Amino acid sequence: MVNIGACVKEPGSTRNNKTGSWRTFKPILDKEKCIECENCVLFCPEGCINKDYDIDYDYCKGCGICAEECPVKAIKMERG
Amino acid sequence: MVKKVFTSNRAVAEAVKLARPQVVPVYPITPQTTISEYLAQFVADGDLKAEYIRVESEHSAISAALGASGAGVRVFTATSSQGLALMHEILFAAAGMRSPIVLVDANRALSAPLSIWNDQQDTISERDSGWLQIYAENAQEALDAVLIAYRVAEDRDVLLPCMVCIDGYFLTHTVEPLEVPSQEEVDRFLPSYNPYAFLDTETPMSIGTFTDPDYYMEARYAIEMAMEKSKEVMAKANQDFAEIFGRKYDLVEKYRCDDAEIIIVAMGSVCGTIKDVIDSLRNEGEKVGLLKIRVYRPFPREEIKEVLEKGSKVAVIDKNISFGMGGVLYNNIKAKTNAEVYGFIAGLGGRDITTEYVREIVEKTKNPTREIEWIGLKKEEV
Amino acid sequence: MEISEKEFLAPGHRACAGCGATVGVRLALKALGKNTVAVSATGCLEVITTPYPETAWDIPWIHVAFENAAAVASGVERALKSQGKDAQVVAFAGDGGTADIGLQALSGAMERGHNLIYICYDNEAYMNTGVQRSGATPYGASTTTSPHGKESFGEDKPKKNIPMIMAAHGVPYVATASISYPEDFMKKVQKAKDTDGPAYIHLHQPCTTGWGYDPSKTIELGRLAVETGSWILYEIEDGDFHVTYRPAERKVVDEYLLAQKRFKHLTEEERKRIQKNVDAICTEFKI
Repeated sequence: MVNIGACVKEPGSTRNNKTGSWRTFKPILDKEKCIECENCVLFCPEGCINKDYDIDYDYCKGCGICAEECPVKAIKMERG
Repeated sequence: MVKKVFTSNRAVAEAVKLARPQVVPVYPITPQTTISEYLAQFVADGDLKAEYIRVESEHSAISAALGASGAGVRVFTATSSQGLALMHEILFAAAGMRSPIVLVDANRALSAPLSIWNDQQDTISERDSGWLQIYAENAQEALDAVLIAYRVAEDRDVLLPCMVCIDGYFLTHTVEPLEVPSQEEVDRFLPSYNPYAFLDTETPMSIGTFTDPDYYMEARYAIEMAMEKSKEVMAKANQDFAEIFGRKYDLVEKYRCDDAEIIIVAMGSVCGTIKDVIDSLRNEGEKVGLLKIRVYRPFPREEIKEVLEKGSKVAVIDKNISFGMGGVLYNNIKAKTNAEVYGFIAGLGGRDITTEYVREIVEKTKNPTREIEWIGLKKEEV
Repeated sequence: MEISEKEFLAPGHRACAGCGATVGVRLALKALGKNTVAVSATGCLEVITTPYPETAWDIPWIHVAFENAAAVASGVERALKSQGKDAQVVAFAGDGGTADIGLQALSGAMERGHNLIYICYDNEAYMNTGVQRSGATPYGASTTTSPHGKESFGEDKPKKNIPMIMAAHGVPYVATASISYPEDFMKKVQKAKDTDGPAYIHLHQPCTTGWGYDPSKTIELGRLAVETGSWILYEIEDGDFHVTYRPAERKVVDEYLLAQKRFKHLTEEERKRIQKNVDAICTEFKI
């Protein structure tokens, strides 16, 4: 049954849609090299890098912005 | 309850004051203008505690109303003709988003040619929008309809917006005696608004999403069901209204129909004139009656069939035209009943439907030469 | 500056990989926090975040139509006020829903002085419907309705200057921003929040699909726009204008233009003309 007016009462329910299946390349972050500048955290369109620099691969679309913006090249894009 | 002498515009403003909406976005347009002015004065004097938004167009008026309604409050707006037409896409959005907005439309002809005078083309052209529609015959009905509109629109089984239609100038600018209910009586009739969807940071929800083909039809079917249910809700509201205020309304009003050989069908202020003519004709031995359609949406199919399928001829007066097809109400009646129906286009652009014209309509129904006739047309000007 | 660590825009939305709009919204909401109600115009952002039965918004959100985000936001703001609720109302609309079809509603809302923040995410065309030109499409860009061809070099009109139009309305806080300068942007969102009355932020947002570049370069492109003087970061506080970022050494526009497919067709002469226009504006702003 469609909600009245097609309103959605569960906030953030796009979390049910795992966009990780979209990607061709996947970022691998080397925490040893990481200087915790927060670039990748701020610039990820999905917001799927948390403050501990763990990447949520359920949602990562593999756009490569994080790898591109990392000032110390701690992120490499690999197939998968 | 107080006896007053008001125009329908003033009556509507009083009803709004009593209904206590919290946000009133409104844009002026002839002949609705004085509604927006009375409300502004009420707010300025502290008699109506509402946020009055002086929007910059009717499109923004209905948009702000929908935004405010989405944020969980009762709202009101009013417009006419060009303004209603400008609101068109948002009217559909409001019904689709199941927002119980109440809007008063001062019925006025649509441009072009430009006209500020009355006909019902504007609201009838929004009949597919999903809005409920009530047509008032006089100032008392106008006031009462606004209160009933809120009660029905906000019902959890309905949740559809409602427009109350009042004929421009004939009602909006004509003073009539009426009874204005007390706040206490209105509070008994109209509970406070309890929204289904609302914007609140404690319970976040998303209102106005998009649907792909997997969901859209069900959302629309839900509106159809709500429109059907609204008949029942309206009947209960009318009953409660009668108990509290002493005035009984139904979806239709039958005037001297019982043994009528000809029944006239019409909506709005012209019904007052028609009733007068019927009384005269009855005195002359003619058996004529009136079926007034008060609630046009939901369309009162059963009530209409019950009155019109008893063998009388039917004359439908339309203050609108669907080019090539005759009047809209005529088409509706013809489609939904098996009566012998004749259509009459009259009163467009404010041309008065006089008692002579009503008599002419009765004569032409007795001896029809064609199915659809335009009444009062100046043949030499055509 | 209190920046929330929480995400108020959930992942799983349908944005293109490398979308700049969602970066902008995430940053804005981090600066605004939980006590926020969002209003969207029809467009990329609205469509990617709310495919029924899902929503990416973790805050209350409403969408009605394309041209009325500001009008809807006006109604929401007043409704919240009438209920004694102090949530911040923020309207998000694209350049189309702001500069073109949305201009009337925006003008009305700003003139009435509602306490709301309007953020235009400007990707310089009607992106959601497939890259048609808008009033914000820059001079020389090729879009599907201003395509380059034998008889045309693309968009032949300059960008409509909405921030200045807002300043002319007397909006107490007006700013331009870029997703590639997140601290500058978030500071401006904070200032907008602290403003009593309306605030307008025009957010430049590169679009990988519409502009034609590799998705990983979204932030880089935004940076190039600013570093070449093609997009200037400034704010106007109660009529007081100042630039908030000056590149140490302004790059030539070719670096920005040649990085995007939508400008690749331009001749050297046309690019020189663009450089000249940029030079003139930058001289005026001392960039």
